[in-house]
Amino acid sequence: MQYLIAFLVGGTICALAQLVLDHTKLAPPHVLVGLTVLGAILSGFGIYEPFVKFAGAGALIPVCGFGNAIATGMLQEVKRLGWEGLFTGAFEITGLGVTAAVVFGSVIALVSKPKD
Amino acid sequence: MDPQQKAKQEAYQKLVKEHSPKPNAWKHVMWAFLIGGAICVLGQLMLDIFTKLERTETEAAAATLAAMIFLGAVATGLGFYDDLAEIGGAGTAVPITGFANTVVAAAMEFRREGIILGMGSKMFVIAGPVLVFGILSGFIVTLIRALLTGLF
Amino acid sequence: MAEKRIGQQTIILSNPPRIISHHCTVGPMEGRGPLAKYFDDILDDDLLGQTTPEKAELAILEQTINKTLNKKSLFVQDIQFYIAGDLLNQIISANFSARSIDTSFLGIYSACSTFTQGVGLGAILIDGGYADKVLSATSSHYQTAERQFRYPIELNVKRKPTNQHTVTGAGAVVLASDGDGPKITSVTFGKVIDLGIKDVNDMGSAMAPAAIDTLTQHLKDTGRTVGDYDLILTGDLSRQGKKMFTILAKDAGLSLGEKHQDAGVMIYSPQQPVGAGGSGCACSAVVTIGYVFKEMVQGKYSRVLIIATGALTNALTFQQGESIPGIAHAIVIEV
Repeated sequence: MQYLIAFLVGGTICALAQLVLDHTKLAPPHVLVGLTVLGAILSGFGIYEPFVKFAGAGALIPVCGFGNAIATGMLQEVKRLGWEGLFTGAFEITGLGVTAAVVFGSVIALVSKPKD
Repeated sequence: MDPQQKAKQEAYQKLVKEHSPKPNAWKHVMWAFLIGGAICVLGQLMLDIFTKLERTETEAAAATLAAMIFLGAVATGLGFYDDLAEIGGAGTAVPITGFANTVVAAAMEFRREGIILGMGSKMFVIAGPVLVFGILSGFIVTLIRALLTGLF
Repeated sequence: MAEKRIGQQTIILSNPPRIISHHCTVGPMEGRGPLAKYFDDILDDDLLGQTTPEKAELAILEQTINKTLNKKSLFVQDIQFYIAGDLLNQIISANFSARSIDTSFLGIYSACSTFTQGVGLGAILIDGGYADKVLSATSSHYQTAERQFRYPIELNVKRKPTNQHTVTGAGAVVLASDGDGPKITSVTFGKVIDLGIKDVNDMGSAMAPAAIDTLTQHLKDTGRTVGDYDLILTGDLSRQGKKMFTILAKDAGLSLGEKHQDAGVMIYSPQQPVGAGGSGCACSAVVTIGYVFKEMVQGKYSRVLIIATGALTNALTFQQGESIPGIAHAIVIEV
């Protein structure tokens, strides 16, 4: 069941993004930024967490999950440290993703070349 | 601009708009749905596996993201992810594997201009805006929430 | 009034220069297209064993030039001018290629219409008595153009149906005051036409008005009609641009019918993943050298009008919201 929900929710987010790409002048980076910001805002209102509980990977894997992770990390750190948390929290959870992308990206760039 | 030229431009732009190919909307959206959904199912599978292995939900989610980024990176390195994107469109761009793809594709592309000035400085050329605006919007909503709930 | 000019923009070459040698090279993608049998060389590896695509484009250009000269046992010393251009910043492929060609060099740029601009200028130099032999060449490469104008190669971007695919390849010709080969009989250099198209994913529509302007001006200047040509080949308008060109031609009262072909449409088959078709400096060059010249020798065509088209944009101006002006240069080739 959880797999079906993940499929439907994740697929729907991607389908909506495709609709926006096809019917507006927006380029992919615009849409990715929009989804990330949306995720952060929904997270700030406390809506994204129940959404993750419901949809699992369907909410975590799309890039709005990344915006949620930034805002969630900030809130955690604010609760722990006070205002300093606003500045330490962005990479609390997402640091892993960014680091993974940098490490894997560097290794692959050293061994693999772009192909046609 | 003189009015005659302006009228000519407007007429031509209207003509181009009328004759632009209409993207096969339902086909595009269906493929984005199927491929995006499938990547999320793969993520769910990882999440279930890591939930059994890790102690907390947060750790399981973190491990899942790392694994998905690894998969996206490898698929990019093998030259396979951009071919998948030609079918899947947003279905490949929106999941976290697409984020990995933007970083890895830029790293591969600019590696030729050197490790530091090429790969190093251009790795986030596509992913940069996502980080910048993710952080800015996260900062603002968290600030507002902290002020409203009296966390300071 | 200069005696070799007629009308507003057309130059008549009274001692028409001959194309005595020519050669074209294409990449693997073009080699899988419907014109494969016409191309002189088809590469298996679009990087030609080089470490960067920029080096590969240069190597393809140099190899094409060498083969053009070797075919007719010509030497660089025989050439008085080398005219070349490409798509990259500061036409770097052309500039680098001129390092090994020990003669006067003219670097030119008019985006994908560089081929006819170069051949047209070379023909004028010869007709005017300023040179006996001129070498003209141009190149483009999918990977170098992609990274300069668009996104990294491996990035997950879905092509829009109006996007064009830059042709990997190069074409070179040697023009001479005497010898055998098709002759260039007139040249019409185009005006820059900007009808305010800003969509970088639809260069074809941006260039079509320039192509129509050059065509109508050429016909007006020469007093000819479409019927005087066996083939009118536009350069890299591709499917979308060809559609707009056909509509504009109809508005101008021209019925082109089967006489009009577009190099960007011809070079790939509709099944290939290339969006609306081909583009790039090499597109009109390889289709003209590969297809048109060979068919002229076979007797299929005897008088052809080549109108190569260029979109004059760069990677910064479109982000700044500027429109994309178009240009088109025409040459008439006869056997």
